[in-house]
Amino acid sequence: MARSISFNDPLRERQSFGARVALLFTIAVLLIAVLVTRLVQLQVWEFETYQTRSDENRIQVQPLAPPRGLIYDRNGVLLADNTTIYSLALVRERVDDMEALLARLNQLVGLDAEELEGYERRLKRRRRPFEPVTLKEILSEAEIARLAVERHRLPGVEIVTELVRRYPANSASLFAHAVGSVRRVTEEDLQRLDPVSYSATRYLGRRGVERFYENSLHGQVGYQQVETDAHGRIRQVLEINPPVSGKDITLHLDHRLQIAASAALGGRRGAVVALDPRSGGVLAMVSNPGYDPNLFISGMTGETYSALLNSRDKPLFNRAINGQYAPGSTFKPIVGLAGIASGETNWSEHIEDKGWFKLPNQERIYRDWSWTARNSGGQGVVNLNRAIYRSSNVYFYDLASRIGIARLAPFAAQFGLGQNLAEDISLASSGLLPDPIWKQGVKGQVWYPGDTVNLGIGQGDLLVTPLQLATVSAILANRGRVVRPRMLLESNRALVELDPLPAPEPVQGLSPEDWELMVDSMEDVVHRGNKGYGQNGTAWAYIGRGIDYRMAGKSGTAQVVEIRQGEEYDEEELDEFNRKHAWFIAFAPADNPVIALAVLVENGGGGSSVAGPVAREVLDAYLLPQLAAK
Amino acid sequence: MSSQDFVRTLPSAGSGSAGATLLRVHLDPLFLCLLIAIVCYGLVVLFSAVNRDMDVFGNQLIRMGIAFIALFAAAQLQPSFYLRWAPFVYVGGVVLLVLVLLIGVEVKGSQRWLDIPGLPRFQPSELMKIAVPMMVAWYFHDRPLPPRFKDVCVALLIIAIPAACIIRQPDLGTGILVAGAGVAVLVLAGLYWRWILYAGLSLAVAAPGLWYALQDYQRQRILTLFDPQSDPLGAGWNIIQSTTAIGSGGVWGKGLFQGTQSHLEFLPESQTDFIIAVVGEELGLVGILGLLALYLIVIARGLMIAVQAQSTFGRLLAGALTLTFFVYVFVNIGMVSGLLPVVGVPLPLVSYGGTSAITLMAGFGIIMSVRTHRSR
Repeated sequence: MARSISFNDPLRERQSFGARVALLFTIAVLLIAVLVTRLVQLQVWEFETYQTRSDENRIQVQPLAPPRGLIYDRNGVLLADNTTIYSLALVRERVDDMEALLARLNQLVGLDAEELEGYERRLKRRRRPFEPVTLKEILSEAEIARLAVERHRLPGVEIVTELVRRYPANSASLFAHAVGSVRRVTEEDLQRLDPVSYSATRYLGRRGVERFYENSLHGQVGYQQVETDAHGRIRQVLEINPPVSGKDITLHLDHRLQIAASAALGGRRGAVVALDPRSGGVLAMVSNPGYDPNLFISGMTGETYSALLNSRDKPLFNRAINGQYAPGSTFKPIVGLAGIASGETNWSEHIEDKGWFKLPNQERIYRDWSWTARNSGGQGVVNLNRAIYRSSNVYFYDLASRIGIARLAPFAAQFGLGQNLAEDISLASSGLLPDPIWKQGVKGQVWYPGDTVNLGIGQGDLLVTPLQLATVSAILANRGRVVRPRMLLESNRALVELDPLPAPEPVQGLSPEDWELMVDSMEDVVHRGNKGYGQNGTAWAYIGRGIDYRMAGKSGTAQVVEIRQGEEYDEEELDEFNRKHAWFIAFAPADNPVIALAVLVENGGGGSSVAGPVAREVLDAYLLPQLAAK
Repeated sequence: MSSQDFVRTLPSAGSGSAGATLLRVHLDPLFLCLLIAIVCYGLVVLFSAVNRDMDVFGNQLIRMGIAFIALFAAAQLQPSFYLRWAPFVYVGGVVLLVLVLLIGVEVKGSQRWLDIPGLPRFQPSELMKIAVPMMVAWYFHDRPLPPRFKDVCVALLIIAIPAACIIRQPDLGTGILVAGAGVAVLVLAGLYWRWILYAGLSLAVAAPGLWYALQDYQRQRILTLFDPQSDPLGAGWNIIQSTTAIGSGGVWGKGLFQGTQSHLEFLPESQTDFIIAVVGEELGLVGILGLLALYLIVIARGLMIAVQAQSTFGRLLAGALTLTFFVYVFVNIGMVSGLLPVVGVPLPLVSYGGTSAITLMAGFGIIMSVRTHRSR
């Protein structure tokens, strides 16, 4: 007890307490000194590190996508412009319950497996914190409205706007093959393209003009230095270096002619290519059926895509530049001119056409188109003029075999066959102009004289595209002057792509009279009428009446399947896709041509009867308003 | 005789006429001036931290007003009153804590609030910051000092019951402060240094066991302290952003309202627990040192009052409350600057929020009561 009293002595207790407090205060001061040391470390010694880190936090450099250049037709009709789209993006960091959010969004706007997969893939790419990642592209107005109502209940959901290509609805399918389309930039593209220039760009030219003039249409990327908050929202723009929009380009295409050409083809598979023979400018380029290129931007269901891809009509296939077919009789003017140029024939020489042709010492019979099982046909006495307007096969079998492949192939090559003459249509196919070297190299076979005979009527291995035949038509219209087909008419600014190809050589070995006589013969194809059985131009009955201008033309009918010796071609018995292709080439006015074209109707049948009227309709659409104006 | 000595040792601030008036209403003039200075400083920083939002700022002004009223009221009561009521307040507090665990309102994953109809929603754990040291001081006021082993054990039990309840809410920050306040009384009561050493050693031995007792998120916070970059967008985010804010302030700061870390919302909890980072970013090292100086003078003044107190109870209580205040400051700045794991401890008198300010001010009121009520 005494002990506890001594301990409870107030004085001693106070002294002991005072000592403790002094010690504890000293400890407190030391601990505060530790804090101060830490603060000095942060704010003095490592100040620059943290200052940099703070700036990196808030300052972002964002690339700004340049608006894509616009595309116009020759009359200033807009063929491709840009539009704002809205897409749904998620900021992962602000989403608490991803599963619940996705379920809710699925109710609101509908999400398919593809979109979810794409989102997961994009989420894995490198990105900065709080950067929105796209979940669903292209929201409809109704979807945006539904999201806006729910917005406060959907943390982390953002609606991102973007300027993308749009093809005006009324002409999108019509011009799809001529203008081309854009597609999404892929990871592989980024390895090939300039990563800086394309840092903000999401679409690039996929086909056609869009592809060829990609560099000019694309424009220059811009940058902005922005201050963002922790949620990635831009608080203020510190510095801006605006993008330079792509160059606007005007094409030779004529909106009205394109509509007329498409209407003339109707629902049939085929192509129309019309050129201005003076410049080579493509006035119309239709490939039927077309497709809506907007689908490749706005996205489509897998079903729609596979329907497009697998359709027997091949809507994605650009027949005008990539469809390769035997030219049939449309090749005859070239053979005829080759005969003149090589001196193997002249305009007065004639032969007897009995409806069939045989090479010396060979059994095989080459027939005229007029041959039937009952009647050997034949065009009687035929000179070059009559051979053209009656389209005598026998005449050209004979002529071709006399010229020989060694002279015929190089002559035909001057018309651009077997090559892509086009100035700015990079994906155009070059067709095939066969010769012995090719045949030996590719087929491993020697060139038979019979091959030359077949070539004489545009059959055999010879393949051309509608664009190439339109070019042939233009060269005939130009009396031998060769022009390169071109899409571009002009641009508001100089284009980087314009490094003009050398002008091609004119067709050699022919006098102006020769050309005029050939043009006259082709006029006879259309205009020679009322002469009685076997005397009219092959196309006259179909298109030669009531015509207000002089038109030169040549029909062609290309076999798709080989008709065996002695068998008759019976359209009724053949599957639609095995029927002959109908061709027609034409230009007008014959004396001073302003338009030259080629028409192809796939599996259409007779060139004069099927393709001829299409050509007439297109020429009427182009020339009649001009004639009326005069 | 001895009481005369104490009168003479009054600080000079108390001798002025205004000071004398304040003393008459049981307020210590120097202490009051310091507290007002800290509160004003805090309000300025908060005004920036809340982006000049007058509504939020007004709320805080009202709370600070209430806190000063609490201080004034607490100062009017005699130390003997506190001595008498200590056990009842303590027992009542423990009952409320148990109630919280049973029927408390859950906010942000922790059950800390009691929502009794007719009363404003409050946290009983706040009350324990005062009730626990008061109870321990009550326990020792008539017992032999330095405390005997048995008494130490009883005192530890008094501390452990409410602390355990609070940590179970879970609210580690408040639990530490409550336990710290109780232990402060023990240390001030003259606990043998030897025993403190033993306790420290056994704590070190038990540390691995304690590790498993922690919640996952608490373990994560400790790990984050050592390597914040291991999860920069998750657990490490707070500490990376707060050190960046402080460090980028430099010596002189970016200027009031100019802090990018806080205003661009990189800094989380910038108005509450992490407000010292706003001070560091906008007012720099100078700004923090100024605030630390004010805190240190408050602590010195509180301890001085404790030393001069007449009764054991007053001495222990005033000393413990002052040390609790120090723990507040140290733990808060330590965690924001990346020295200590993140626990929910606000910066006293500066962080936004009413409850802790009112408790703190009530505590200062008690200290002033110890200072100004003198038995003849």
